[in-house]
Order: sequence, then C-alpha cells, then structure tokens
Amino acid sequence: MGNKQTIFTQEQLDAYQDCTFFTRKEILRLFHRYRDLAPQLVPLDYSDKPAVTLPYELIGSMPELKDNPFRQRIAEVFSEHGDGNMTLDDFLDMFSVLSEMAPRDLKAYYAFKIYDFNNDDYICKSDLEKTVNKLTRNELTPEEVSLVCEKVIYEADVDNDGKLSLADFQHMIIRAPDFLSTFHIRI
Amino acid sequence: EDKEEDESKEEDNGSQQNRASRRKNYQRKNRDGKKAREEGSQKKDRGKTAPNKDQKESENKEKKTTKRGKEGENKQKKGRKNSTSSASSNSSDEESLSEEELAMLKEQVEQKKKLISTMRNKPWRMVKKLSVLREAQDFVEKFEGALGKGKGKKLYAYKMMMAKKWVKFKRDFENFKTQCIPWEMKIKEVESHFGSSVASYFIFLRWMYGVNLVLFGLIFGLVIIPEVLMGMPYGSLPRKTVPRAEQATAMDFSVLWDFEGYIKYSALFYGYYNNQRTIGWLKYRLPMAYFMVGISVFGYSLMVVIRSMARNANESTADGDDDNFIFSWKMFTSWDYLIGNPETADNKFASITTSFKESIVDEQESNKDENIHLRRFLRVLANVLIICCLCGSGYLIYFVVKRSQTFSKMQNVGWYERNEVEIVMSLLGMFCPPLFETIAALENYHPRIGLKWQLGRIFALFLGNLYTFLLALMDDVNEKLAEEDVVKNITHWTLLSHHNSSAGNDSTVTPPPLSPADVPRGPCWETTVGIEFVRLTVSDILVTYITILVGDFIRACFVRFVNYCWCWDLEAEFPSYAEFDISGNVLGLVFNQGMIWMGSFYAPGLVGINVLRLLTSMYFQCWAVMSSNVPHARVFKASKSNNFYMGLLLLILFLSLLPVAYTIMSLPPSFDCGPFSGKKRMYDVIQETIELDFPLFVAKIFSYVANPGLIIPAILLMVLTIYYLNAVSKAYQRANAELKKKMQMQREEEKNKRNNKASTNPMLQDLEDLLTPSTKTESPPKQAEDKKTESPNGSSPVRKPGRGEVLAGSPTASGRGAAFTPPSQVFVTQPRTLGIRAPYPGQPRPWGHPLGPVPGRGRGQPCY
Repeated sequence: MGNKQTIFTQEQLDAYQDCTFFTRKEILRLFHRYRDLAPQLVPLDYSDKPAVTLPYELIGSMPELKDNPFRQRIAEVFSEHGDGNMTLDDFLDMFSVLSEMAPRDLKAYYAFKIYDFNNDDYICKSDLEKTVNKLTRNELTPEEVSLVCEKVIYEADVDNDGKLSLADFQHMIIRAPDFLSTFHIRI
Repeated sequence: EDKEEDESKEEDNGSQQNRASRRKNYQRKNRDGKKAREEGSQKKDRGKTAPNKDQKESENKEKKTTKRGKEGENKQKKGRKNSTSSASSNSSDEESLSEEELAMLKEQVEQKKKLISTMRNKPWRMVKKLSVLREAQDFVEKFEGALGKGKGKKLYAYKMMMAKKWVKFKRDFENFKTQCIPWEMKIKEVESHFGSSVASYFIFLRWMYGVNLVLFGLIFGLVIIPEVLMGMPYGSLPRKTVPRAEQATAMDFSVLWDFEGYIKYSALFYGYYNNQRTIGWLKYRLPMAYFMVGISVFGYSLMVVIRSMARNANESTADGDDDNFIFSWKMFTSWDYLIGNPETADNKFASITTSFKESIVDEQESNKDENIHLRRFLRVLANVLIICCLCGSGYLIYFVVKRSQTFSKMQNVGWYERNEVEIVMSLLGMFCPPLFETIAALENYHPRIGLKWQLGRIFALFLGNLYTFLLALMDDVNEKLAEEDVVKNITHWTLLSHHNSSAGNDSTVTPPPLSPADVPRGPCWETTVGIEFVRLTVSDILVTYITILVGDFIRACFVRFVNYCWCWDLEAEFPSYAEFDISGNVLGLVFNQGMIWMGSFYAPGLVGINVLRLLTSMYFQCWAVMSSNVPHARVFKASKSNNFYMGLLLLILFLSLLPVAYTIMSLPPSFDCGPFSGKKRMYDVIQETIELDFPLFVAKIFSYVANPGLIIPAILLMVLTIYYLNAVSKAYQRANAELKKKMQMQREEEKNKRNNKASTNPMLQDLEDLLTPSTKTESPPKQAEDKKTESPNGSSPVRKPGRGEVLAGSPTASGRGAAFTPPSQVFVTQPRTLGIRAPYPGQPRPWGHPLGPVPGRGRGQPCY
C-alpha cells in the first residue's frame, strides 16, 4: 500500500472514484496498465498531475483494443483533442464508460459518438457504410452495403431526416438485447 | 430520452442557480455601504457567486458541447428575465429573504450532492468532471455548516457527518467486495479469447461457487462442526461405529472409494448423527439445527435464484423479440468489444459477414420453401427418434438400478457391478447429446432455433434419467423400510437377551456393555440415499474431467502434433480442435447442482465435495479452454441467456425439492440412525422443540397456525394473489403492446407521409407514361403554338426537335425531370403534386430528400 499512496493523493483517488465506475484498486490497476504502455514517459508520481499524453499508436496496441475494428474511433472519441492521443484522465474515462457498471444511457451516448465517424452529430449514410465495412472487412459488395445502410436508416430513423440523430440511436439501441453485454471491455 | 429530461432538469437547476446568484448580486449592490453587520452574509454571497459563475460557464460549455446549446441559452435567458423581475420584488421584502435564502441554499446543497453522486454518469471529459466535482464538493463543504441554524443545527451537522461516514463506509465496502471477487483476470482472459458467450459460462460457474460456499458454510458451521466437536465421539454408539463384520475391510481403499467403511460411519452422512436433543455444554439442539439447515439450504437457494432472476429481468428492459431493428442491431451491437484475440476477431468478422448476408437474403426472398413435405417428414422422424432415445435411456437406467439392488444383496460382486448405475448414467450423459445433435441435423433448423431444441432435449434426457433414478431409489427405500421392522425386533431382542444373560450371571457386577460394533442394526435408508448421491456426483465429476481430458486435450495434442505427418490437414479438416460446448456445460452444471440439493439433506458432506468440484473445475476448465479449444466459428448467442439458465436452475431446484420434501413429510426415519431416530416423522422435531423449549402460548399459536383450517385459506389467498398479479401484469403487457402499436403506427404514418413524397416521383412517372403518347401527339401543334408565341422572342425553329427530345426522354428519366417540363404540358399533374407537397412547407428540399435515390422502395413494402 505504501508505494500506491505515492501515485495519487487520497483526494485524487476519491475524486476518481466519484467520477468513474472504478474502485481504487481498479484505478491503480488502470494506472499501471497505462504506465506499462510507455514506462519511460509516464512518471510514477501523479499527485501533481503531470501533463502526459500517450500517442494513439500506443493506446491502440493494447490487447483489449488491438483487434477492435473501431479502436481508432474509440480513442478519438475519448481523447481530449479528438486525435486519439490520450492522457490518463481520458484513459480512465474510456474504460469507465466501457466498464460493466456504466449505465445504458451513458454507453449509448458514447456508442453514438463512436459510430459517428465524421463528427457531425448525426450518423449518416457514409458513417453507416464505414461501420459495415469495418465490421465485415469489406467482404460485402457495395450494393449489399448500401442496402444494409438503407435498411438501418429505414428501421431506426424516427424523425425522418434520413440520418440517425442521437435520439434515434438511443431509441434503437436501448431496445437491443445484446448492447450492454457487448459494448463492454473488461480491464 | 431520460437523459434529455435529466439535462433539461439540469438546465433548470442552472437557471435557478443563476437566478439566485443574480438576485444576490443585485442585493449586494443595493445594500452596498449600508450596514457593516451584513458583511458576513455578503462574504458568503461573494463566495457563493464565484463558484456559481464558474459552474454556470462550465454548464454552458457543456450544453454547447452536447449541441443543445440553443435550448440552454434560451432557458438561461428566461432565467435571467425571471431573475430580474424576482430581484426587484425581493428587494422590497427583505424580511422573508433569509428564510427563503436558507431554503434556497439547502436546495442548492442538495442539488450539488446529487450532482456529486451522479457525476460518473455524466458524459463529460474527465477534466471537467474533476473540476465540477471539486467545485461542488467545496460548495457543499462550505455551506453545509451554515445550514440548519438554531435548534436543528446540531442534529443537522450530525446527520451530515453520519451521511459522510456512511458514504465512505459504502465505498470501502465496495472496494472490499470487488477485491473478494475471484478469478476476474482468468475470466477476462477467456473472454478476450472466446467472446462473451463462453465467458458467461465461467461467470455462471463463479456464481454457483459463491452460492455453494454459502451452503457449505451453513451446513458445516451449524451441523457438521458442532457434531464433531460436541457430539458423542466415534465408537461410542452403534450408529457411530463400523459393524464388526465390516471392520476388517473398512479401511481398504476400494471400500472407501465406494463410500463404505469408515466414510459411511462418519459425519459426512445422515446416519452418523445422534438423536440426543442437546449436545455439549452449549446445549446445542442438533436435531433441530439439522432440520432447519436442511430447510434453509432450499430457502436460501430459492431466494438467491429468484433474486438474481429478477435482477436480470430488470436489467434487460429490452424486448429482444422486437423485429423492428434487425439490421440496426446487427450493425451496432454485433461486435463484441471484449474480443482481444486475432483468431477470435477473424471468426467474429466472418460470422458478422455471414449474418449480414443471411439477413439480406432473408430480406430479398422472405419465404423460399422448397419441398416442405420432405422437411416436415424429416422433422417428425427426428423427433420420433429422439423420443425413442429418451425412453430407451430411461428404461436402461431403471433396469440398471433394479439390477444393482439384486447385486447389493449378493456377496462378492465385482467393481463393475457395484458401479454399474453411475457408469451407465454417465455414459448416457456423454453419448446422448452428440447423438441428438446428429439427429437434429435432419431437421435443418436455423442454428439458433436448433440450439434451443438441443438444449430442451438434453434437459429432458437429464431430467428423465434423474427421475428414473429417483423412482428406482424409492423402490429401494421402501424395501429397506420393510426390512427395518424385522431388524428392529432383532435389535431389541438382542439387547434384551444380552442384558438378561449378563444379569443372570452376576447381578452385583454391572454387565460389560455390548460393544457398539456388535449391535445388529437396520439398513438406514437415509445413508444409503446419501451414498448414492455422493457416488453419482463423484462419478459425474470424473466423467466430466475425463471427457475434457480426452475429448479436448488429447484430441488437440493429436491434431497439433500428428498434423506434421498426416495425409490431410488435421487442423482444418475432420478432427480439428474442439469447440467449447456452452450449453452442455451449463446444463451439466445445473444438473449437478440439482443432485447436490437433493442429496445434501442425507449427506451433509456432499456440499463440501461440490465446492471442491467447482473450485477445481474453474481452474481445470479455464486451462482446458485456453489450451485446447478453438473459438466458435458461428456464435449464436441466445439473448437473455442468463435468465434462461437461471430458469433452468429454478426448475431443477423445484424438482429436487419435491423428493426431499416427500421423504421428510411422509417416510418414517430409521429407528437407529440419524438425528430423527425414534420419531414418527422427521418434522416432529419442530413440534418437540416448541413444546419443550418455548412458553406455552407459542405452542398454542403454532398449533393454531398449523391447523389446516388456517393453512388452506392461506394457500387460497396466495393463489388468488398470484392470479390477480398475473392478471395485472397481463393488462400491463397489453397496454405496453398497445403503446408499441401506437408508436409503430405513428412511425408508419410519418413514413407514409414521407413515402408519399417519394412516391410522387413514381406517380409522376406513371402519369407521364400515360401522358406521353398524348403529349407526343399533341406536341407538334403546341409547339407550333409555341413557335408562334415565341417567334417574336427570336427562337429559331431549329430548337423545336431538341425540345421534343427532352420531352420524349422525360418519362424515362427520374421524376425530377418532371419539374422541368413546361407547365402547359403537365397541367394535370402539377396541381396534384402541389397539393401533396403542401403539408410540408418546412421541408427545405421537397424534391431532393435523401431517400430520392430509392423511390421504388416505399411502394414495394407497404406492409412493413
């Protein structure tokens, strides 16, 4: 316990516990995971909040993420500047949202951001096409892709603007039986 | 939608705070330079406004980031207006202000507290969360003490302190609890390799382990340990001693392995316990404890299973059978974020692709039933075959158990004869499921439906086997009961004669007591039943482990190493690696638990064995799955599977409760073994305790309560309640369905409206198709007219054929072309389109809406 205390102050730990779904043990474990990505960059003492940012290449190479077709999007959404480079805070944020305890609404909100590739706050057809291509590794023909995208918009677009807004997306995803169990990374 | 509400509330809060701070600013300005004693409160105001402003700003930022900036600003403006008006009114009456202020402050503190507790649910950046959190905490810290002036102050402060302590304690407890959850990393590893479905089995196993640990603690703490510590020692009573005839072989391994010999006469089995009412210096009422623990094992299990079922049902508000979002769900929820292994990822990609393709095919040709008669015939045939298998296996078990009873009467039976029942049951459990799977190939169901059938059939097999086993065992028990009467007399007579003989020889010296090993004793059917269950459990464990070892590990080794020198590719072709059989494993676990529940009353040590089994199988199966299994090629996750398994567990629990309850309620306990010996029925122990240990009125109350006249109405009441609740839930369901339908209709309506717009294009086309001949025929004169009218404008006659071409081409072009046709020619259609377009003045681009490229679809599926 002695050396753990020096990483964060008690207040920091409490604050992190208030802001995430993690217990202190998990926060420390996450810190070590973060530090293991680049031991030479990340100091062992975080009590004075050093401004350390790890590049996306390191984040994306984590075993939890490296096989995920959406890893770049995840990193971009949770990074502060949208470039995929993450501070420890962003890192904690990411795994907090993807943890088991996070509520459906929060998960849905971030899932929407992840699938919104062009950041225009709507999932439009190009976003959907990208999603399908990532999910199937471009195995579908363009006609099939476009059919699938049209079907998705047809099914989920409640307000008839031809693209999915956050409300549409939540309306659809909240009814999905598998969403909570699959939009989840155990760390 | 909830979130939206949340945010609007938040905005309200923001505006309220805003208002409050404004007012204070205003007041401060008013009061500036007035009385010095107001300094304190002013300071307070200043202190309050500063964080408030920051907060406001941050919240504004937040609103902007969530793209509801406009609403937020509007509200804020409103708030500002309100604040100015209220401030002007407030400045007039300063007396009521402090009260109001206090209330306001309290409210704000409450709000901040709420904010702190829900901070983790906010979709904000961590930096922002941290800063807002700190501000809120500072605010609460600062003004908490100021609240509750006067008499309530101390109480308030105390309450606050206790609340703080409570929060801290809860957090520590949470931390402790998560530290106690074992195998988190192991499961994570499995999860990342095999996806969440395989991991769900291990989570289920872990849960089961927890439940069994509690049962183990209950039984060991309240029954076995008191008996071992305080009860009569081994060898003091006939029931605690190995009979003379068996003593020579009682320590042989082959005997111990069959749970005979010393193990049979140990605290692991029912027969060892004495019927002494109280034991030891604690006056521990062991028979009573034994009975209550037996009941509470079932009670606790029922409670836990039902509670977790309810929790699962609460969590999954989603109705998985909603057909509205097939593609959307495939798109957004099919990737399993837990996957962290390239091989699994490849499989997942492939399975997602196939599932998309399947859905597309389904969409394109909804029903393609080729030769439905053949398929129907095959399905009926498959079901007949499987029913034959089930009946056969049931008969086989009955036959074998019957045979084992004749074997048990004979001497010198071999190892196989003694273990025939267990072997046959295990073999059936091993070979029938694959057989069913082979037969199921005939049926050609969709894999997901096929999985359900398969599960149901295996369940029926296991259940049938278990119940035939029980029936046969019951026969055995009845036989033993008949035998017991005879033995009882013999024992009585033996003891009497021994006493008489010793008394006759020498009446002054106390006769040497008959050694407990020599006393003839009854068959003790309870211990027999307990031994049967223990043996069944142990053989089940062994068979499971051997199956894993041979079927998975050896096969994997063979495939891996022989592959270098084999004619075909072993890894890809026939044997290949095994897949992890989730459903079979879960069912095995569930049935094993059923046996534990059934057997634990007659063999208290059984739960200990089961705890060991679960512990080892956690490690063993984790190792096996990681070393020798491959991820599923096609994972069909049964949605809501958790509750499905729990439902099975509940069913098994109920079914295993039945025989135990039957034996407790209607069979007489053995006369010379077990805690209830000498009583007519086992439950007499409760009556005895109440009569002897409780005051008289408790016994009276109990006798009233146990009166059938009271029990039957109570049951009736319960049935009626169930009926009523059922009716209510049905009504809710109907209302739900109604609402859903309404929503559907609304959507449909909007779609139709939109499709009308879309269909204007095809409609136009159709009209134009009709019109084109006429336009073509009419065009020469009209154009002649045109020419006449246009000739002053200097249009050359050369343009005429060009225009005609455009007109001829327009019907085949998209509907949009119609807009460019001169109004004089499409005078029929033009007003109509206008009429349809009229209800949508707000649409920015009535023609170029996004669904334009697929105009035909809207008409193609009107019933969707």
